[in-house]
Amino acid sequence: MKRSRLPLLVTIAVLFFFYLPIIILVVNSFNASRFGTGWQGFSMRWYARLLHEPEIWRAARNSLVIALGATALSVVFGTAAAFALHRFARSRLQRFHYGLVYMPLVVPEILMGISLLMAFAAAGVRLGLGTIFLAHVTFCVSFVAMTVLARLQDFDFAVIEAAQDLGAGWGTTLRKVLLPLIAPGILAGALLAFTLSIDDFVITFFVAGPGSTTLPIRIYSMIKYGSPPLINALSTILLTVTFTAVAISQRISRSKG
Amino acid sequence: MKTGARKKLQEALVSSPSLLWLGLFFLFPTLLVFVLALRPANPYGGIGQGWTLENLRRLADPSYLEVAWRTLEISLVTTIICLLLAVPVGYYLVRVSLKWRNLFLMLIIIPFWTNFLVRVFAWKVLLHPEGPIKHVLVFLGLAGPQTSLLYNAGAVVLVSVYTFLPFTILPIFAAADKFDFQLLEAARDLGARRSQAFRRIFLPGIRRGLFTAVLFVFIPALGSYVIPDIVGGPSGELIGNKIAQRVFVDRNLPLASAISAVLILSVLAPLAAVLFLQRKDERPEIL
Repeated sequence: MKRSRLPLLVTIAVLFFFYLPIIILVVNSFNASRFGTGWQGFSMRWYARLLHEPEIWRAARNSLVIALGATALSVVFGTAAAFALHRFARSRLQRFHYGLVYMPLVVPEILMGISLLMAFAAAGVRLGLGTIFLAHVTFCVSFVAMTVLARLQDFDFAVIEAAQDLGAGWGTTLRKVLLPLIAPGILAGALLAFTLSIDDFVITFFVAGPGSTTLPIRIYSMIKYGSPPLINALSTILLTVTFTAVAISQRISRSKG
Repeated sequence: MKTGARKKLQEALVSSPSLLWLGLFFLFPTLLVFVLALRPANPYGGIGQGWTLENLRRLADPSYLEVAWRTLEISLVTTIICLLLAVPVGYYLVRVSLKWRNLFLMLIIIPFWTNFLVRVFAWKVLLHPEGPIKHVLVFLGLAGPQTSLLYNAGAVVLVSVYTFLPFTILPIFAAADKFDFQLLEAARDLGARRSQAFRRIFLPGIRRGLFTAVLFVFIPALGSYVIPDIVGGPSGELIGNKIAQRVFVDRNLPLASAISAVLILSVLAPLAAVLFLQRKDERPEIL
């Protein structure tokens, strides 16, 4: 049967569409021109300028601390949630639980941001890095729970009973049987939580107090009021970090499989 | 009996951390938005005492209605364009060899590991009056020197499609992957034209993926804020911008709550519709 070429052409066009802005951005980060309107020679000056922007590095450190903290806590809560959702799937409590875990995934970010802001305002909580942390844990829990739940779907609970029949206590079962089996799911969930936290702008923007800056908030104010070439350089660095991390995690997962 | 009670206790124990956390930081704040929408603002940017319908009355202002209508329009157009592009891509990914499929999937996902703001900013540079796209269009005679590619509703649609397209491609690909392509061949053998077989057999076959894709674009598009803020300009403002203005510009939290309450309800509507449509099928994919 002769096949239409249209799907191939659309796919290629879509990939071109996806990469065009990113390639232009990377190229411009090495452009000596201040406004990026034409090529004026190769230059590393924007990267050098970044070194003299302590605000950016402070923001990056805040982002990192919040992302690590939010990942740690949300992995614990999310894994427990996934476990409950899987083990007791049919109960009425779990149906409510599922809805509660699922809703943050579909609700637009701005609504989560504004509602958290309202709650903090009503409770008289001072906005700052602390409120950002609370907000990040909230959306990360759902993503971790769903990721781990997906892996648990192929999990056979008989192995737990088997371990216990063979005399393993709860601690041993947890450490030697359960955790190794669901570890890839937890790791994937943790990675997702970390990425989402370090990338989040909208929710953070609403619950950040004056002076509590994360990297995306800093980038936003640079886009609004700062100089474009600096953002290009910073973005290229971020891109490189992401690609390296992805390449490494691919390597690890491949060597395991 | 005893094991039943123990199981209940175990269930409560394992469920409680996420139930309590999401109850406190998701469910309660969401409900609070509806309550605060009925409160007056106080002059210090906080929430006043007593109850009022003033915020809801102000929502009927023509400027809000215009923005609400534009939000709906832009979200719909974005969803349709995403589907038109995602269906052929999803179809192609399933038909191509496994090696190519994995490569293409990887290539589709990678750009979206870059920071969201950075991607929107990249488009701002591209669409800039002095930017490359404008130069090409003017050179080709497709745009005059005065044409502005930035700060209008079209720019918002373009960048929204860019942002949400992967979330349309992936569920459609997942659904197409489960589709039995022999059905298409059977339809052709029975005399259906290629376009007919595609429309009457393939599209209904992947409808669950289509529903999921619609949700993944339409709902976030309704609540879009960063994209119109950076490339939209005044003529591309959406509901999200209005909420942010009430919070950050004139610090009227109750009015911001009222707008958000409307947005919450308009997000729930398509969600409920899709769940209802899917329930008639089998077990829905997303719930």
